[in-house]
Amino acid sequence: MTKKSFLAIIFAAVLLFSLFSCGQDNGDDEGDTPPVFSGETVVLNVYNWGEYISDGFEGALDSNKAFEEYFNEYLAPIYGFNVEVNYTTYANNEDMYSKLKSGAGNYDVVIPSDYMIEKMIGEGMLHEFTDEQRAKLSNLVYIGEDFLGENAVYDPGNRYSVPYTYGMLGVIYNTALIDEDDYLSESWELLWNPKYRGKLLQFNNQRDAFASAMYFHNIDVNTTDEAKWREALGYLLAQKELVQGYVNDEIFNKMTTASAAAAPYYAGDFLTMASENEDLSFYYPTEGTNYFVDAMCIPKNARNKDLAIEYINFMLSEEPAVANALYIGYASPNSLVLESEEYQEGMDELHEDWYEILYGKTPAEANANYDYDPAYRSFSPETQELVNALWESLKTENATELWVHVSSITITASVIALAVYTTYIRKKRSRHYRMRDREIAKARRA
Amino acid sequence: MKKKGSIMRSIAAAPHIFWAILFIVLPLIIVVYYAFTDGDGNFSFENITSLADYAPIFTLSVELAVIATFVCLIVGYPLAYIIAKARPERQRFYIMLLMLPMWTNLLIRTYSIMAILDDGGFLNTILGTTMHIVGTKGAVIFGMVYDFLPYMVLPIYTCISKIDKNMWEAASDLGCKPVQVMTRVIFPLSMSGIISGVTMVLVPSISTFYISQKLGGGTFELIGDTIERQFVTGALNTGAAISLVMMVLIIISLTVMNRFSDSDEGGIIV
Repeated sequence: MTKKSFLAIIFAAVLLFSLFSCGQDNGDDEGDTPPVFSGETVVLNVYNWGEYISDGFEGALDSNKAFEEYFNEYLAPIYGFNVEVNYTTYANNEDMYSKLKSGAGNYDVVIPSDYMIEKMIGEGMLHEFTDEQRAKLSNLVYIGEDFLGENAVYDPGNRYSVPYTYGMLGVIYNTALIDEDDYLSESWELLWNPKYRGKLLQFNNQRDAFASAMYFHNIDVNTTDEAKWREALGYLLAQKELVQGYVNDEIFNKMTTASAAAAPYYAGDFLTMASENEDLSFYYPTEGTNYFVDAMCIPKNARNKDLAIEYINFMLSEEPAVANALYIGYASPNSLVLESEEYQEGMDELHEDWYEILYGKTPAEANANYDYDPAYRSFSPETQELVNALWESLKTENATELWVHVSSITITASVIALAVYTTYIRKKRSRHYRMRDREIAKARRA
Repeated sequence: MKKKGSIMRSIAAAPHIFWAILFIVLPLIIVVYYAFTDGDGNFSFENITSLADYAPIFTLSVELAVIATFVCLIVGYPLAYIIAKARPERQRFYIMLLMLPMWTNLLIRTYSIMAILDDGGFLNTILGTTMHIVGTKGAVIFGMVYDFLPYMVLPIYTCISKIDKNMWEAASDLGCKPVQVMTRVIFPLSMSGIISGVTMVLVPSISTFYISQKLGGGTFELIGDTIERQFVTGALNTGAAISLVMMVLIIISLTVMNRFSDSDEGGIIV
C-alpha cells in the first residue's frame, strides 16, 4: 500500500468513526427533559404514508403546523422547549419497516397498518406506553369501542398503538364499461370475468393480490398451509390472462381515464377517484373482504417518546382529526369526526354516498360469508418466503414472447459475427502487408 | 519540491478517496457480506445456488436490454452523425434539444409516457383508437430507448466530431464512394464512441426497474424489479446475491467489450 492511500484510509476511518460516535451521543439524552424553559427547539420526527395527513391545502388545517403552535403556546413552558415537526412519508408498510429495521432513520411517530404493527411488536421494535403516558392520552376516549381492547387483534389492549384510520377493500368499476348484470351480483368474480379481458386491474403487491383470490374462494388469508397458497396462485394465474396489468397507485389514473374498467382498491381512495369520474362506482364483495386499521405508534428507539404522546393525543382532538379525515377520505375511528358538521358537509361535497360507503357496513357485516379473520396478520418467515416464491412464479408465467428471443439472439449473433469477421479481415490484411514489406525488402537487397 | 507536490496531491485526492470508500467500497463489501450469509449471519452459499430460479427473469432482462440497445444504436447513430455534420452553432442547439428531456426526472418521464400511451390515454383519445400499448414488451423497450437514447448519441457525436475532416477528402480522393467513406472510414473510426454508447445504454437497461413496472403493466418482472422486491420484503440476502451476480456479469461483459474496442481501434469493417 502506498503512503498516499494509507493516509486517505486513515482519514476516512477517522471521519467515519466521528460520524458514528456523534450518532450515539444523540441517542443517549432521551428522557431527560430540562425543568425550565431553555428556549431550544426539539425536532419531532413523524413518518407517515404519503398523502395521509391534512397539509393545509386549499385553506384546510395544516395538522403538523397546528400541533407546533398548540405545543409551543401551551406545553412549551411545561416541557421547557419548543417543538418542530419533521414530517416524512413512505409508500408502503414494507418500505417503512425496512427503513426502521436497518436503523437508517430515527422516528418518534410512525403510522403502520395492523399486520405490520403486529410484526413490529413481535420483533420488539415498538415502545409500550407507560401508565404515565397512557394517562396523557386523554383523547383516547373518543376512539370507538370497535377499535379498542380485544377488538384490536393486532395489538390487544392498545398497549403500543392508537387507531388513526380504518377501511375496507372493495371493487371499483366503471358503470359505462361494465354491464349491469355483472356488477349487481357484487362479487369478486367481476375481476375474473373473461368478458372484460384486458380491462381488469390487479394489485401489484403480493398481499392484496393473493387476498382478493382468497376472499373470493373462501380461503383463510393468513393460512400457513402451502396447498391453500398454491390454490390461490392457481386463481391468480387464471386471472393473469385477463388483467391489463398489476398496478398500485396507477389505479387512480387508469380508473379515472377509463383505461381500465374494474379494479380492487380501498373505499377511501374510491371517493377521491369518483370525484374525478362520475361513472365510477363501488361495492364490497359479498364473499368477504379485507379490513384494516392504520394506527399511530412510537418506535422503541424514538428519542422523544413523551413528545410523541402529545402529538398522538393532539391528532385525536377534534380539529386535526376532522381535517385529516376530510383530507384522507378514509373512515375515521374517532367519534368526534363523525359527529362533526364540518366533516359531514365536506364529505357530502366529495360524494353523495360517502356515509354508506365508508361507514355503512361494519367489517363483521361485510364478512358475514367469510369463514376466517378478514384482517391480515403478520406472516411467519416461512410463509413470507413461500408467498415471495409464488408471486415470483406468477410474474414469470408466460413472461417471454418468441419475438423477444428471436430478435435478441439475432442481434447478438450478428454483432459477434461482425466482430469475428472484422478480426479475420484485419489479420489477413496485416499478413498481406507484412508479406509485401518483406518482398520489397528482399527486392531492395537483391 | 517534488515531495511537496505529492502531499498536495494526496490532500487533493483525499475527499475523492474518502467518497469512494464510503459510498462505493463499503456498500460493495456489505453487498458481498449479505450475499454469502443467511438470515442469522452464518456463512452460506445457498443464496447464490438458489439463483437458478431467477434465470428466466435474468434472460428476459438481458434480451429486452439488447433489443433496446440495438434500437438506440440504429436511431442514435444517424442522429449523432447529423448533429456532428451540422454547423457548430446549430450543433450546440441540437445537443441542448437532445438533453432537454433529461432535465425532467426519469420517473416523471416514464409516468408521463404511461399516461400518454395508456388504453384511455392521450394518444388513443386523440386518434380515437383503442391501441393496447402499455403492458407489452414493446412499451418497455420504447421506454428504455426514450430514456437512454441521449447516452447513446452523445459519445458517438463526440467521436464523430473529433474525426479529422481530411479523412473524408482523403477517402474520396482514393476512390471511395460516399457509402464506402461511411462504412470503411467513418464507422470504424467512431467505433470507440459506439462501444461506450452501447455500454452506457445496455447496463442501465438491464438493471432498470421503474420502466418495466409502469410500462410493462406489472405482468412480468425484470431483474431490477426482483431485486427491489427482495429488499422491500426483507429478503436482503437473496437481493444481495442477485445484485452481486449482476455486477459480476456486467463486469465480464464490459471487459469483453473493451477487448473488442481496443483491437478495433483504427480497424476496418468490411
